[in-house]
Amino acid sequence: MLVCEAAFPGAGHGEKGPGCPYIYVLRKDQDIYLHTLRKLFNESHGIFVGLQRSEEELSGKSRKAQLVGVSKNYRSVIRACMEDMHQVAISTRDPALHNQYSTQVSILSAMELIWNLCEILFVEVAPAGHLLLHLLDWVQLHVCDVDSMVREVLNSENPSKHELFWNVVDIFVLQGRMEDARHLLSKEATANPTSKGMCKILDDLMKKMPILGLGNTQTLTEMELKWQHWHEECQRYLQDGTFASNPHMESICKILLGDENAILEKKELMTTWYHFLVTRLLYSHPAVKPVELRFYAQSSLDQFLGGENSPEPLDTILMAAFEFEIHQVIKECSIALSNWWFVAHLTDLLDHCKLLQSHNLYFGSNMREFLLLEYASGLFSHHSLWQLGVDYFDHCSEYGRVYLELHIERIPLTTEQKALKVLRICEQRQMHEQVRSICKIMAMKALRNNRLGSALSWSIRAKDAAFATLISDRFLKDYCERGSFSDLDLIDNLGPSMLLSDRLTFLGKYREFHRLYGEKRFSEAAKLLLMLMTAHIAPCSFWMTLLTDALPLLEQKEVIFSAEQTYELMRCLEDLTAGKLDNRKLQDDDIETTKVEMLRLAFARNLARAIVKEGTLEGS
Amino acid sequence: MEDLCAKFVSQKLSKVRWRPVPATALQPPELFATGSWDNEENKISIWSVGDAESVCPNGEYQGEPQLLCDIRHYGDVMDMQFLDQERIVAASSTGSVTIFRHHQNNQTLSVSQKWERVHCHVDSDTSTCGGASCTGIICKNPEIVTVGEDGRINLFRAEHKQAVRTIDNADSSTLHAVTLLRMTEILTVNSIGQLKIWDFRQQRNEPSQIFSLTGDRVPLHCVDRHPNQQHIVATGGQDGMLSIWDVRQGSMPVSLLNAHDAEMWEVHFHPSNPDHLFTCSEDGSLWHWDTSVEVSEKPSFLHQGGRSTFLSHSAVNQPNVNQSVVSAWLSNDPTKDRMEITNVIPNPTLSVNSVDVLGPCLVCGTDAEAIYVKRQLFA
Repeated sequence: MLVCEAAFPGAGHGEKGPGCPYIYVLRKDQDIYLHTLRKLFNESHGIFVGLQRSEEELSGKSRKAQLVGVSKNYRSVIRACMEDMHQVAISTRDPALHNQYSTQVSILSAMELIWNLCEILFVEVAPAGHLLLHLLDWVQLHVCDVDSMVREVLNSENPSKHELFWNVVDIFVLQGRMEDARHLLSKEATANPTSKGMCKILDDLMKKMPILGLGNTQTLTEMELKWQHWHEECQRYLQDGTFASNPHMESICKILLGDENAILEKKELMTTWYHFLVTRLLYSHPAVKPVELRFYAQSSLDQFLGGENSPEPLDTILMAAFEFEIHQVIKECSIALSNWWFVAHLTDLLDHCKLLQSHNLYFGSNMREFLLLEYASGLFSHHSLWQLGVDYFDHCSEYGRVYLELHIERIPLTTEQKALKVLRICEQRQMHEQVRSICKIMAMKALRNNRLGSALSWSIRAKDAAFATLISDRFLKDYCERGSFSDLDLIDNLGPSMLLSDRLTFLGKYREFHRLYGEKRFSEAAKLLLMLMTAHIAPCSFWMTLLTDALPLLEQKEVIFSAEQTYELMRCLEDLTAGKLDNRKLQDDDIETTKVEMLRLAFARNLARAIVKEGTLEGS
Repeated sequence: MEDLCAKFVSQKLSKVRWRPVPATALQPPELFATGSWDNEENKISIWSVGDAESVCPNGEYQGEPQLLCDIRHYGDVMDMQFLDQERIVAASSTGSVTIFRHHQNNQTLSVSQKWERVHCHVDSDTSTCGGASCTGIICKNPEIVTVGEDGRINLFRAEHKQAVRTIDNADSSTLHAVTLLRMTEILTVNSIGQLKIWDFRQQRNEPSQIFSLTGDRVPLHCVDRHPNQQHIVATGGQDGMLSIWDVRQGSMPVSLLNAHDAEMWEVHFHPSNPDHLFTCSEDGSLWHWDTSVEVSEKPSFLHQGGRSTFLSHSAVNQPNVNQSVVSAWLSNDPTKDRMEITNVIPNPTLSVNSVDVLGPCLVCGTDAEAIYVKRQLFA
């Protein structure tokens, strides 16, 4: 875990206890809180998901091209983010912020530098010859302060007299940009007739320098022969003192010959040891093989630093890359960089290149998964970026699911819309436990806000029978208190979800009874009412209410309950009173006994009418 | 899709809306507003789509959307609409409704009016008021109608301090969206799959009509009315299904079209070209439905008892010369049915929360913190 400290700008420093003078806000992955970096996270998330989906459909060359494409996409995202960050850094006035942004710019640029090198060495796996061309591009791309110098020189009235003129020529030569160097030399030739001859020869040498083109079909041996020939030609000119009168041109010729001391003299112009390495390779070992890189790299580093300063983290990382120690690269990056973004994505890409399979950690599952889990956990700790983390967890086969389950439950559900989004994530992944817990939280919230309808909807969605029963009871309680139902629109539309819990079924059916009664479909209503009791759908506590509901039906002009139905009603009442007397729970005895008396009377009267009616009907 | 321009904006977007263009103007819209959600600090921002004049030498549009100004918004922006050229109404998850004014001369935003906590859960014990999300608004200057998680409907008039009309407990479940049906009638959709029409002329606090999806009670998330034929209404549900309703008849949808794989967050008829419909969804897709094409081969929909199943994207593109008087949306005759569907966003990842169309332009905002702008919808 990376822990960065941030001074807590809290008010009332003095009030704190003497034991803890400082309070630090500990945040996992401080970087993810930078506004501009959110672009990096979001855009690279798309690339990451694309890479996982592209999985293995292609083979051989086209797969490699695809992976290189993905790698380039990642790099362009880093660059875009770097430019944005640069803009922000320039426009901000606060010096502290400016510093922070500038630091980020340099971190991003280092990331891109490392990524690019890894792309060349591990993803592209360029063969001897082509390798150097890629390295040249790499150096040219990352040493960008030349261009301003060139512009300054070219814009001056007399470029060849400019004090930086030879510096610029040297830089071009050091970077292998022969065309540009020759263009500048021609300026010198026109401005200075005395050196015209020399310029012509040097120009000729530069023109003839053999280079293995990317689209070239030349074999390596052909190339090496040509190279040998050209090398001898340069040697000849140097020895016969052609350039003796002009130290600038002489040193350039020495560089062309790969003279290490001559190249080292231009240390200031190269600024970095890896530039020195590439220049050295260009002029002395153009057909360098990947495996040989490590020796040249090490000696270049030693020569360049000359024992004066110790290598910095960036140097160590690049060195590890040149040594093809992938795990070392990742390890060093994890230590040096302040966020997991870089290592997680790079490792994932390299894993897709099938470079990391042999390696096993003694904890977790493998390195790719370990780093992705760390990165995604960081995203989940962020207020808004948690959604991105889900896809990363999805692609961690071993522990991703568990991590997701633990993290998703901790997302604060501020609005229903957010809850729906979290719910969708869980439902898509069949995380039943989490679905239930989210629905329960929402149902609880709704219940607390007296939104019974909403609460019921949530518990129906979670298929949570116990909670549906609880809410149904609330509905019934409300009904008993107020004498009318709330939320009719919901209860009338329960449909099949009514079957979720017994109590809910009762609620729906009881409401149906009310509707039938309201529509004056008395005999149907009566049948339903009786059924609710005899089939034991109604809870016993509610029987008295149901029996009371039967009263108006019993008092109708025509006979509604048949004799048999009346018997059943009577039995229900007796069951109820018998049970109650046993328990001696009756609180308001008087009212209750009156009620029972009234019911008995009504039953008796109805029974009489029913017997008479049935008798007459049968008799006639 | 070379016309599609994406910009990452470092905030999750919940709403995007074009600023309306004056009726007389023929230019495409230039400005749009976005609202964010789930950020520590949410914002309403105004963007210009980039200068269409700045065509670079190879003839491509260069401009990506440029931020003109923004202002803090308390709570998630749940819904947003332009009241007129200068004013934006925003609904907040805190239950407040705010009118922002966009000052075009100096490109700033300011709060011009605010109704605090007009959607709330009243605690019966302490009679305090906890804010509830205001989930939907619809406005027709000067009137504003809002609905919320608390099941309440509010009618406001700009410049009035209090609500003109409030229907408490209008719905027992959450109201998700609202649209204007006719002058005094509104249409709401809720989380148990019902569509209700409310008439403000009636004093009763009851809906004048209720429509519902059969059986499944799938929540409906969005609703839009056909701009010319006011009886045609489209809704989108939790299962990604697009339903077309004829509010003159029946209580069930005329057709159900299988569309997205997850919640459909918004549905919009094209305001001036209503044969086109746009839907966006949690699954990260944004679909353009086009019924104006003549498809020579078999239509891309299989009908089974009035319910059509989406099968494939057919790609025959010929403008229909004689448009039928009966809207294509209502015809459920399988042989006549012709519809072309294209996905506007190439590689979907996270939810597309909002889409808006005006003239030839489309804009949408996503949870991946990107704005997509398409300038030539019908090219």
